[in-house]
Amino acid sequence: MNNQEEQKEIPENYEKIVNKINKIFSTAIIEKKFERGELTLTIKPQFLIPLAEFLKEESDLKFNFLSDICAVHFPKEKEFEVVYNLYSIIFHHRVRLKVKIKEGESITSLTRVWAAANWLEREVYDLSGITFDGHPDLKRIFLPNDWKGHPLRKDYPLSGKEK
Amino acid sequence: MRKTYLEHTKEIIMNMGPQHPSTHGVLRIKLWLDGETVVKSEPMIGYLHRGIEKLAEYRTYTQFMPITDRLDYVAAASNNLAWVQAVEKLMEIEVPRRADFIRVIITELMRIANHLVWLGTQANDIGAVTVLLYCFREREEILDIFEMFCGARLTLNAFRIGGLAHDIPVGFKEKVKNFIERFPKYIDDYERLLSENRIWLKRTKNVGIINAEEAINLGLSGPSLRASGVKWDIRKSNPYAVYDELEFDIPTGEVGDVYDRYKVRIEEMRQSIRIIKQALEQMPNGEIRAKVPRIIKPPPGEIYHSIEAPKGELGFYIVSDGSTMPYRVKIRAPSFVNLQALSKMIEGHLVADIVAIIGSIDIVLGEIDR
Repeated sequence: MNNQEEQKEIPENYEKIVNKINKIFSTAIIEKKFERGELTLTIKPQFLIPLAEFLKEESDLKFNFLSDICAVHFPKEKEFEVVYNLYSIIFHHRVRLKVKIKEGESITSLTRVWAAANWLEREVYDLSGITFDGHPDLKRIFLPNDWKGHPLRKDYPLSGKEK
Repeated sequence: MRKTYLEHTKEIIMNMGPQHPSTHGVLRIKLWLDGETVVKSEPMIGYLHRGIEKLAEYRTYTQFMPITDRLDYVAAASNNLAWVQAVEKLMEIEVPRRADFIRVIITELMRIANHLVWLGTQANDIGAVTVLLYCFREREEILDIFEMFCGARLTLNAFRIGGLAHDIPVGFKEKVKNFIERFPKYIDDYERLLSENRIWLKRTKNVGIINAEEAINLGLSGPSLRASGVKWDIRKSNPYAVYDELEFDIPTGEVGDVYDRYKVRIEEMRQSIRIIKQALEQMPNGEIRAKVPRIIKPPPGEIYHSIEAPKGELGFYIVSDGSTMPYRVKIRAPSFVNLQALSKMIEGHLVADIVAIIGSIDIVLGEIDR
């Protein structure tokens, strides 16, 4: 029990990030978590673009580097978690944004905030089958164009035919 | 930027690769050409896609280790380090100091070996074949050191979750010391062959320029980003292993052209030598492996851990559901993100410059296609 309470406490410098966001987007954050030295914020999909722009431009946050985009499939809940790992080259801090969407729903593209999102989003589209609205060139990146299915979905088998 | 010469010429589309010798693997670049000038380009990848992220979901944490070797096969130990450290962070395992020091030595040697392969092939692509032979001579010595350490030369599978498989063998320290004493002289030799070579300067200066702001926006990392003048090295900014106890500089460039990227890598090799020297001196005696449960079973949760691999930021994002196999593994491969900047760099250049620019980003297709 004691351990769990410790994990919930967010250090001051990270608490500052949460407070800054709350001041402007009071309803955007659904859940905040601080585990193993990493801050994870689950946000509502409609706030993704304004929040990303805010995190990138705000003078003492400056998350100017998009490290990674990843999609995690949860077949039981029929939903995807799209995970954005952001980093600031100026202040050397990290934050993780999470957006939950249902299967078949699309999500806004971040290409106009970070150019790096272009290929990363194409990869997610190719392997997990999530479409990104507003992406300039959304097509498969690894697999051939006529490939059926999206391998990183949990219902896609490792070998043999897809059910 | 060059002017288009004839008004009545037509734009043509040409494919470079996937079997082109200077694309460093199976990379295809679709080029829209106006005469010999590149108007637009699009890298096509995926020829080496093996579904490594999918494979990870069907293997235990230990079984995935050898597969990480096959990501960036030129710098296998760096991939190993990123993976084991991510899992250790997830399980909150404290690694013994001696193991950390040995890991630093091995990965820094790996960095030198990687940069040697890069330098040799880059010079070879541009037309200076001699350098390739010199570089591979020295790389051979490093591979011998790896063989002595773990029995393998290329796909090392060097570390274990919680530490190392075994301690360094007798005579290892002397062998490394002997190498790093001689190596700085070799670097001077490479520089004498290239740094003031007129052909080399003509082919690399002011070619493939990318400025700092664009580079960051495109997600460039590693030496390619530092050549544009951004002083960012994960070993310094978010130190892992024992890098915070070791002294080294971060070399940066000014212009962000092919020549700067060359200079940064050359200087990085010198810094690696400095790191190895200190690590050898400060390495304590003691345990090489922490107490790790027989079956690796991290608690449910997630972790993103990244290290400064020779090519840039190499990160592993692991989602665990509490079982023996990861629920999801996402690999942030530096080459994959860096390659995005290629189109920007080669725009307006001649076809011959493409070869120099691809080489300067230092890509490995095993890591891009995963």
